[in-house]
Amino acid sequence: MGEDKILDYRSPDAVEPAAANEFEREPVPRNRLLGLTSFIGQYAGEHVAGTELMIGPLFLVHGVSAFNVIVGLAVGNLLAVLSWMLLCAPIATRARLTLYYQLEKICGRNLVVLYNLANGVMFCFLAGSMITVSATALGVWLEFPMPKLSDIAPNSWQWVVAAGACGVAIAIVAAYGYQAVAKFANVAAPWMVLVFLAFGIVGLRQLGVTDLSQFWHKATTEIWPGVKAQPGKVHFTFWHVMFFAWFCNMAMHIGMADLSVFRFAKKSWYGIASAAGMFVGHWMAWLSASILYAVQLKADPTDTTPLPGPLAYKACGVAGVICVILAGWTTANPTIYRAGLAFQAILPRISRYKVTLATGLIATIAGIFPGVAMKLLDFVALYGMVLMPMGAVVFVDFWLMDRFGLRKNYAEVSGTNFNMAAFLAWWVTLAICITLVLTKTTEIFFVSLPGWFVAAVLYIVMSKLFQKTTTPRGFEVVAKAAA
Amino acid sequence: MPRLIPQIVSWLSLIYVVIPPMLFWLGKVDEKALKVHMLIATMLWFIATPLWMGREVKAEKAP
Repeated sequence: MGEDKILDYRSPDAVEPAAANEFEREPVPRNRLLGLTSFIGQYAGEHVAGTELMIGPLFLVHGVSAFNVIVGLAVGNLLAVLSWMLLCAPIATRARLTLYYQLEKICGRNLVVLYNLANGVMFCFLAGSMITVSATALGVWLEFPMPKLSDIAPNSWQWVVAAGACGVAIAIVAAYGYQAVAKFANVAAPWMVLVFLAFGIVGLRQLGVTDLSQFWHKATTEIWPGVKAQPGKVHFTFWHVMFFAWFCNMAMHIGMADLSVFRFAKKSWYGIASAAGMFVGHWMAWLSASILYAVQLKADPTDTTPLPGPLAYKACGVAGVICVILAGWTTANPTIYRAGLAFQAILPRISRYKVTLATGLIATIAGIFPGVAMKLLDFVALYGMVLMPMGAVVFVDFWLMDRFGLRKNYAEVSGTNFNMAAFLAWWVTLAICITLVLTKTTEIFFVSLPGWFVAAVLYIVMSKLFQKTTTPRGFEVVAKAAA
Repeated sequence: MPRLIPQIVSWLSLIYVVIPPMLFWLGKVDEKALKVHMLIATMLWFIATPLWMGREVKAEKAP
C-alpha cells in the first residue's frame, strides 16, 4: 500500500505514522518515486469499500435500466480515470507536492484551514455512512429492526445501540490502533475483491441465470428493468449514471486531492492505475451489489430497503457478513483518521488521539442516522461539488496564470495568508451551484461540470482584480529600495 | 521457505474463495455448501496471509 509515512498533524496527507520523511513541505525527490504497481494495488484496495454495497442497490432504487447502468458506469469510470490521468497526475508529477502544501502556496494558510474544515466535515459524514453499512451486518445476527429506505432518523433503540457501538469501536481503533487496521486492510483487500465478485456470481444464479446467454434477458427484465424509481427518488438515466460514476471521486481527481498520491509517480500516465479502483470497485462491485438487491426484490417486491448485511448474508453466508463488516471498517478507519488530521490542522494544540476520537464520535452520530447512507448517491455528489472549485483553482493556477499575466502561487509570493480570489472562486461557485440545484435548474449529479468552468473563470477574473490591487511582498521591497 | 508455505496457502485460499460460487452457478453445489466453503476459504486466508503480507515492507525499507 505504499511506503510508511511520517505523522504530521498539520496535514491530512500524513496518513500513517512512520520513521521516514513524507515530504510534506517539499517536492518528492527522484529517488523516492514509485512504479506503476504501487498505485494499482492502492486504488484497487481503496475503492472496494463498504459504501459500494449501498451504492450498487441505490442505482436500482433510482429505477436504472440494464444498458444505462452497465454502459453508463463503464463510460463514467473511464472519464474518472482520464481525469486522474490528464488533470491530476500531470500536475502531481511536475510539482511533486501534496495538495495541502500546493493549496497553501496558492491560497494561504488561513484559507487552507477553511478547506480542511470543509473536507473534515464531509469525511465525517462519509465515515458515518460506512458505520451504517457495518451496523447492518450486526442486524443479521441480532435481528433488531433496521432502518427503511425512507428513514432519515433511527427507527429503533436497538439500531441506535448497534450503530453507536460499531461507531465507537471504529473510532477508538482509528485513534489508538490506526496503523494496525491499515495493515489489516491490506490483508483484507484481495479477499474482499473476490467476495464482491462472488456476490455477483451467486446473485445471478439466485435469479435463475444458469447460462451466459440468459444474462441479457434477465438483466433487462428482472435485474435492471428500468421501471420507475422508488417514491421520492429521481429516475436515473444514462447521464445520471455516467456523471455519478465520473464525479463520485471528484474530490480526488478534478478536486486534486490525489496530487498527494501521484506526486510519488515516476510518470503522469500512471494515473491509469486508478482504473484498478474504478473498474473493480465502481463497476464490478457496484453491479454485483445491485444484483444482490435484485434478488431481494424478486423474493419480496415490498422489501425495498438496501441493507448490505442481509444482502451479503443471503448470498454468501457468514463470509459475506464478514465482508460487510470489514469493508465498512477498513474504509471508515482511514476516513476518520484523515478527518481528524484535517480538524487538527485547525486545532494543533489538541492531541491527535483526542481529535481523532472526537471525529470518530461525530461520525458515529452521523452513522446512527441512516439518512446519509440511504441518500448516499446525493451525498457523494454533494461532496464532490463542495471541493471541486479548489481543484479548478489549482488547475488554473498551475497551467494558466502565466498566460493571463498573473502570478501563480500568489499567497507565497505576496505573503498573504488568505487569497481572496481563491476564496471567492470557491464560495461564489458553490453559491451558484447550490442555487441551480435548489431552483431545480440542474440536478446535483450534473452541476459540478459547469461549476468547474465557473470556478476556473472566476479565479482568473478575481485574480485580475485582487492581484492588481495588492502589492506582493517582493515588489514592496523593490519599491522601497527604489524610493 | 517458512514464508513460502503461508503464501501458497493464501493464494490457494483466494482461488478457493471463487470456486464455490462458480460451482454454485453451475448447479454443482447447493447454497449451504457454498456458504460453508466460502467461510472456510475466508478463515484460511485470514490465518495464512498475516504471516507474510506486509512483513517484506520492513525488510526492504532503506535505512
